[in-house]
Amino acid sequence: MISVEHVSHTYRPARGRDVLALDDISLSIAPREFVALLGPSGCGKSTLLYLIGGFLPVEKGAIKVEGAPVAAPGPDRGIVFQHFALFPWKTVKDNVRYGLQKQRLPRDEQERRAQQYIDMVGLKGFEESYPSHLSGGMKQRAALARTLAVEPKMLLMDEPFGALDAQTRSLMQAELLAIWQRTQKTVIFVTHDVHEAVLLAQRVVVMSARPGKVKALVDVKLDKADPHLVRSPAFGEKVDEIWHLVRDEAIKAL
Amino acid sequence: MKYLPLLLLALIWEGVVQLGLISRDVLPSLSDVASAGWKLAREGDFWDNGLASLWRGSAGLALAIVIGAVVGILMAWWRGVEAFMGPLVEALYPMPKSALIPVTALWLGFGDGSKILLIFLGCMLPVTLAAYNGARSCEQQLVWSARSLGASRLRVLIDVVLPSALPELLNGIRSALALSFVLLVSSELIVARKGLGYLIGFLGEGGLYDAMFAVVLVVAFLGFFADRIYQAFADRVLAWRD
Repeated sequence: MISVEHVSHTYRPARGRDVLALDDISLSIAPREFVALLGPSGCGKSTLLYLIGGFLPVEKGAIKVEGAPVAAPGPDRGIVFQHFALFPWKTVKDNVRYGLQKQRLPRDEQERRAQQYIDMVGLKGFEESYPSHLSGGMKQRAALARTLAVEPKMLLMDEPFGALDAQTRSLMQAELLAIWQRTQKTVIFVTHDVHEAVLLAQRVVVMSARPGKVKALVDVKLDKADPHLVRSPAFGEKVDEIWHLVRDEAIKAL
Repeated sequence: MKYLPLLLLALIWEGVVQLGLISRDVLPSLSDVASAGWKLAREGDFWDNGLASLWRGSAGLALAIVIGAVVGILMAWWRGVEAFMGPLVEALYPMPKSALIPVTALWLGFGDGSKILLIFLGCMLPVTLAAYNGARSCEQQLVWSARSLGASRLRVLIDVVLPSALPELLNGIRSALALSFVLLVSSELIVARKGLGYLIGFLGEGGLYDAMFAVVLVVAFLGFFADRIYQAFADRVLAWRD
């Protein structure tokens, strides 16, 4: 259970004026829920994710994870970034093992678990490759394996498929859904893509252009397991409904 | 094959002297230099002086690398350290390091100590600056990833900031390596009773130009050799790039 209570956040650039990025956001996310934070660029959706992750200090309001205020990043909240953020000097295997080393697991357990997650994301055979030798999709698989390997309760995803080509993205979306259904993690997924939000999330938080506020909460009650989901009328209607909410904000953000 | 021009230069050198185009008083022939060098190598003096230089150079450089890298990374990581060290580094960096030769001699005399201190002081700043710039270029999201995977703030410094700084740091160390040769030889020329620089000066004053040239060539070769080995090492360390 994650609760965001009246959170505001101001960016203070070294030069230039302060910018109010988030304005009085309140939100609560249930365990095992898949929530999308949707909005135009600059609406503060990533900032909200970083606050939940503990990467930025909460200055106004409160964010609690299972009742305890968020103070710092921790392995209970795994993060996946748009540009992967793999350690370029480590091989795929060593990237995935990194979090396991920090947990001081025995060496053979590290090996076993790293291999398990590398196999799971389909990177078998690339264990000894450096990230610079991988394609974008493979890098994101490696990053996902690294995050999943420490078995966090929550996944924070910051436009994770935004840097991938359309085909790869759609494959990764399907894989993420499968992983979510299997592992039952809470997922907070930042995106500006309405289609992606409806496809993946159970609930979509539509945010307004700067300063970011919660404009609407939309439930998406669709059968994610249906392979023909995207061609169903219900899917199209949901996309339309949310697109209308986002459209005005997108125009304002132009 | 790549070093064919060097061979050509050696042939031209030998040729112009043998043909009498250049007086042997100005430039002894390469063959004379080689035989003088051979004679020098069979006497103990050369090795004593060489070892003295090697010890001074490596000790000073090692101190400069370790302390320079630590200071540079701490400067990038903690604002307080930056506020204190930043202006010092900035002010001292452009100073001609050879100006310190008489100063370190005054403090520590004619022996190893003054050379080691000189090389340490002279080579530290390029390393510090490189480590600082490299550490500052460290990506925020790499730090965040490491933190969320369970690394402490201090651990991130070793696991993420240091390797991020490495490409730039290794470049800085390369400059420091070249600078250490300059400082070593010039300080030994001026204030020393030992070392290859001292030997060059000593042989020159005695009019033994064949031998003097031989030592100059040895120093040049050592500098080249050290740089090649260092480059090979750096390429290995940075194999993950490309």
